[in-house]
Amino acid sequence: MSITPQIEPLAKIKSKRMIKLLTSGKRLDGRGLLDYRKIEIKNGVIEKAEGSALVSLGETKVLVGVKIETGSPYPDLPNQGALTVNAEFVPLAHRYFEPGPPDENSIELARIVDRGIRESGAINMESLVIIPGRLVDVVFVDIYILNHDGNLIDASGIAAISALLNSKLPVYRVNESGEAEKTEEYNPLPIRDCPIPVTLAKINDKIVLDPSLDEENTASAKLTMTFTKDGKICAIQKSGIGTFTLQEVIEAQKIAREKANEIRKNFFREWI
Amino acid sequence: MRMFERRQLVTPGELLAEGDYIAGENTYKEDNKIYSQKLGLVDFDDKKVFVVPLRGKYIPKVGDVVIGQISDVSLNGWSVDINSPYKAILSVSDVTGKAFSPKLDSLTKILGIGEIVIGKITAFDRSRDPTLTIKGSGLGRVSDGLIVNLTPTKVPRLIGRKGSMINILKRETGCEIVVGQNGRILILGKNPKKVELAVKAIKMIEEQAHISGLTDRIKSFLRAGRGE
Amino acid sequence: MVTVQKLINEEGLRVDGRRLDELRPIRMEVGLLANADGSAYIEHGKNKIIVAVYGPKEAQPKHVSLHDRAVVRCRYHMAPFSTDERKSPAPSRREIEISKVVREALEPVIFTEYFPRSMIDIFIEVLQSDGGSRCAAITASSLALADAGIPLRDLVVGCAVGKVEGKLVLDPSDIEDKLGEADMPIAFIPVLGKISLLQMDGMFTEEEFIKALNMAKEACMKIYALQKQTLKEKYLQVEKEVRESLTLKE
Repeated sequence: MSITPQIEPLAKIKSKRMIKLLTSGKRLDGRGLLDYRKIEIKNGVIEKAEGSALVSLGETKVLVGVKIETGSPYPDLPNQGALTVNAEFVPLAHRYFEPGPPDENSIELARIVDRGIRESGAINMESLVIIPGRLVDVVFVDIYILNHDGNLIDASGIAAISALLNSKLPVYRVNESGEAEKTEEYNPLPIRDCPIPVTLAKINDKIVLDPSLDEENTASAKLTMTFTKDGKICAIQKSGIGTFTLQEVIEAQKIAREKANEIRKNFFREWI
Repeated sequence: MRMFERRQLVTPGELLAEGDYIAGENTYKEDNKIYSQKLGLVDFDDKKVFVVPLRGKYIPKVGDVVIGQISDVSLNGWSVDINSPYKAILSVSDVTGKAFSPKLDSLTKILGIGEIVIGKITAFDRSRDPTLTIKGSGLGRVSDGLIVNLTPTKVPRLIGRKGSMINILKRETGCEIVVGQNGRILILGKNPKKVELAVKAIKMIEEQAHISGLTDRIKSFLRAGRGE
Repeated sequence: MVTVQKLINEEGLRVDGRRLDELRPIRMEVGLLANADGSAYIEHGKNKIIVAVYGPKEAQPKHVSLHDRAVVRCRYHMAPFSTDERKSPAPSRREIEISKVVREALEPVIFTEYFPRSMIDIFIEVLQSDGGSRCAAITASSLALADAGIPLRDLVVGCAVGKVEGKLVLDPSDIEDKLGEADMPIAFIPVLGKISLLQMDGMFTEEEFIKALNMAKEACMKIYALQKQTLKEKYLQVEKEVRESLTLKE
């Protein structure tokens, strides 16, 4: 059951200052309304994973590990590999986080990242079939939040695609009795697109990019849009109890598309 | 400009009036426009626009007489269910008139869980639970009778203008009737047939609350019922 | 053997005979559950959804309450028999996410500030599912809230737009959602002109996105008229008698 969350209120003078600064186009940390915090991507940080990436977005830190195993295909998609995205809000990332099964926020995060990857067709699922209808590669994308300072979606989405881009795919050989045997060889995981999620938050009718945690706690709503390399929208999610006008949504979409391109230009040059 | 005539049915969000009007009960104003907050009947009182709701919960008001049911006992008083989003607090000193001594007194012996009280709201501002008193004439513990529930928004109709309706009900049935503003009605009567008649009349008011001429209909209904 | 099913025929009609911009049949009802403070039922296409609202009531457990407003709880749940194959009654990840976004779609219209420390429960049971069940659930939930007499800024309306064989289609059904290229559910608050739910998965160009938004909004206005009619029909007799007696008196 979903319930109105209890949000720790910001110190009054801080939120007052935040809102005052916003009207003059500035933010508490000195950024402009449509600036990202500093983005860093470290690839291949976990050797035992088939792929991995550690992304920092300001103080937000997200680690994504990709494990690739074998399994049965989905019954309705017998000739495709499978993808599973999961997010863990581990307690070390913030005092808000409690150990336990995933709550609605981590489920929502995982599903937004999942939709971006799946709907963009980023992974060539048809090439992940080992024995048609019986055995396929299953790609597990596990999102680990290490430090939460807002905008987990963008950090997770960037980390997920980075990890997939450096993932290696184990090669299987089907023997005479029709059984699959793992070889020592690896191929790169076949990737066809580079989906980038961009999140905007609405604070007092101002739209800001890449909200910090303080900003998220003050914002009435957020809007995340994920774009393919061709600038098409492949996933959208509005969250929070605020609302957007039609015009705001259309404008947000233009900003987000531009920002997704900017990220690709800076970090995924081969995907422009 | 009025968008509706008096007592037309309106739904939440419907534009009721535009321009120089005052937003009354169950309406809200934005950009000089007045909208309904509830499903109900719109009405106008000079410049005031308001909506008489058809449905809704009882919200305590200071001075209201309510009928409550003891739902919990704590160290220094009782928690009373008054059919509202907020439980009322009844303190020990209000009931016993003296300081409570945990050694000598047992609160559950004075008022047990499930017991019914007639009380009056003494304080409430939504930031704290309402407080209740059961001291005063007509208030106190209820040991007998029948409780009937009525939609709280319809209580004013049961009472009638200056008590006209409830007085007819009492007179014609010979029952003692206590109306809680929270939609709980206590009926006390020796004759079970007359009690039943009172219950039926209250149900009739529930169904026809918003129709005028109700007083006369209830009167003839009760007289016919008595004649049987 | 895979048979490729065409979802739009030569005449531009869809599998169920609708035009691209046509809604499925919609039927609604309010006040059908005696125990709930408010209730509503909707049939939208093959969707059959029942909603109950309880509250405002005492917040339980107490520690979840907020000092300045009512908290809203929402549960979107699918009956095991609501789908082609039996669905486990345990809430799936999809249902957990939908419970959240539906709550967030409804909360903006509720005057929660009138009832600090209290709780409003919205229980949605999908008895039979079809495409656009979260949208139909939102449409019905706002009716149930109104039926409970909870003060609202407006009703909330849900509708989706999909993409099938390269064309935008209004209010996609189950099969169009499954085989189509995109699905974008929205919830719209007509009086405020605001969007309170917006999700999408699939593939839209900018042009398609803007067109789809407007299509969904227009359809929401049509459903909004039906919502108001449903609420009024229930009490039409009351209004008629009241107004008759009023003219007699004056």
